[in-house]
Amino acid sequence: MKQIAPVLTVLAAIVGLWVLAVAPMNIWQALDMAERAGVAVTPDDARTRSETSAFTLMMKNPGQITRGYALDRPRLPTPVQVGQELWKTTGDMALKGRAFSKRSLIFHGWITLQSTLFGFALGTTIGILGAIGIVYSRTMEMSVMPWAIISQTVPIVALAPMIIVLSGQLGIEDRTVPKAIISAYLCFFPVLVGMVKGLRAPGREQLDLLKTYSASGFATFLKLRLPSSVPYLFTSLKIGIAAALVGTIVGELPTGAISGLGARILIGDQFGTPLAIWSALFAAAILAGVLVTLIGWLQRVTLKRMGVEA
Amino acid sequence: MIWLWGAILFWLAAWGLNVVLARSPLHDRRIVQVIVPLLFGASLVGLWEGLVRAFEVSPVILPAPSIVAARFMAETGTLWEDFVQTVLKGALSGYLIGATAAFGTAILIDRSSFLTRGLLPIGNFVAALPIVGIAPILVSWFGFDWHSKAAVVVVMVFFPILVNTVQGLREASAMQKDLMQTYAASYWQTLWKLRLPAAMPFVFNGLKIATTLALIGAIVAEYFGSPTRGMGFRISTGVGSLSIDLVWAEIAVAALTGSVVYGLVALAEARVTFWHPSQRHK
Repeated sequence: MKQIAPVLTVLAAIVGLWVLAVAPMNIWQALDMAERAGVAVTPDDARTRSETSAFTLMMKNPGQITRGYALDRPRLPTPVQVGQELWKTTGDMALKGRAFSKRSLIFHGWITLQSTLFGFALGTTIGILGAIGIVYSRTMEMSVMPWAIISQTVPIVALAPMIIVLSGQLGIEDRTVPKAIISAYLCFFPVLVGMVKGLRAPGREQLDLLKTYSASGFATFLKLRLPSSVPYLFTSLKIGIAAALVGTIVGELPTGAISGLGARILIGDQFGTPLAIWSALFAAAILAGVLVTLIGWLQRVTLKRMGVEA
Repeated sequence: MIWLWGAILFWLAAWGLNVVLARSPLHDRRIVQVIVPLLFGASLVGLWEGLVRAFEVSPVILPAPSIVAARFMAETGTLWEDFVQTVLKGALSGYLIGATAAFGTAILIDRSSFLTRGLLPIGNFVAALPIVGIAPILVSWFGFDWHSKAAVVVVMVFFPILVNTVQGLREASAMQKDLMQTYAASYWQTLWKLRLPAAMPFVFNGLKIATTLALIGAIVAEYFGSPTRGMGFRISTGVGSLSIDLVWAEIAVAALTGSVVYGLVALAEARVTFWHPSQRHK
């Protein structure tokens, strides 16, 4: 609990810096607006202004700075504007019963969430199976493990368009599948590494004890290795779900997707509506926070029932 | 048919050889540890080649590795130009700026334990966010050339390095700090001789995570507007104009760059943190 005060202070500092930055970022647009509204500004020529620094302009036109905080298409929107846009496209629409209309971020968040969860399930499965293979087969460990590491140094965005083209050619029209593959690609690695560590966590003595019980290999796996890997699994799942969300958004960004939070960012860019980009970004951040918190909660409940000190 | 069976046979033979090598008493030799994954990789490429040829997959869908290699050789000039634009100008400059900024911020923040406690959870959270999404915003702020790519990279690498450095600076134990105090060491001496070296394993962890992020950031930012060169530009136009073999050649360059840079950072890590338990056995 004693973390709350420092976290709030740092958050307040970040928001404060953001609000301060709005004035110099938007001063050019603000002065253009003022000029159109018939207010005298110095210098009075837009060309000269674009070559003048923001701070000089602010010094010369102190009265016009506030206009920068109420622009329709600001270079840098204020936190309040982003919050309003976020509310307008989520809570407000839900209250009006249009939560799943194509303009609402709830709809786009849902599309993104689907691919994320799908990719998360796929990546987790691959990660766990791979870890079991690596723990039980030295050949697997020696040949697959280096490639698993190399796979993460390959920038997935380079592959993303290819994955989408390929799945399109194979007749998979559903956009969920290629996006899920990309998020699985990012999410399997932390799970694999965590599970390898977890499955190897039991010590010599514990393994020997099971041997004196003449436990079969499968029983050892089920009753010793698997339970002792659970704390490691949850730690990796938290990293994995965040990575899966990043993967889905990366999958939506460069590929001309039409729905999903990444697509909102793309569309906001094409139509020049910065508020749409910013609200989609914050929606993605909120989604990430909710998912990680959910897994953290699941971790606490599970470990408590298993009698592990969390 | 011969391609299909040949590829499968090659793959099985390579796997069999790997099994033999892994079980042989030589398995912990360095050379075997390099050969086994190389053989596995080669067998996968062989399988790809064989399957593409056996089923006569159109090169527009998935070109065979041999075609990609031929295109790679033919287009080295273009690939180099893209490499300079994306990696050297965009990613590398952004990486250096971002890493320096994060490192400096970490050392400043570290002087206040209040700020550190506030920043760590926030930084950890931000580091897990899909920050690539700010690419279109930064491209509209900084223009189409490499400056905007570098800016995206700066933002992407900043938080992982910051969080790791801040965490690393807390690594030196109270006992060690007390020892420095009995030597009457100043703040800067303690920082330079004790706390920075103790932080290095964490710093390198952040630097390693950031290498991949830097490439991702530089490439994604090019999808939102770039001059007519660069890896991201080439990939997005290549997909559109169906020169898929060139796209795969770019992917190969990206993969190679990612692995080599990661390897370089890991090498520097082994040099700097030679005292750390994880490096000792080598």
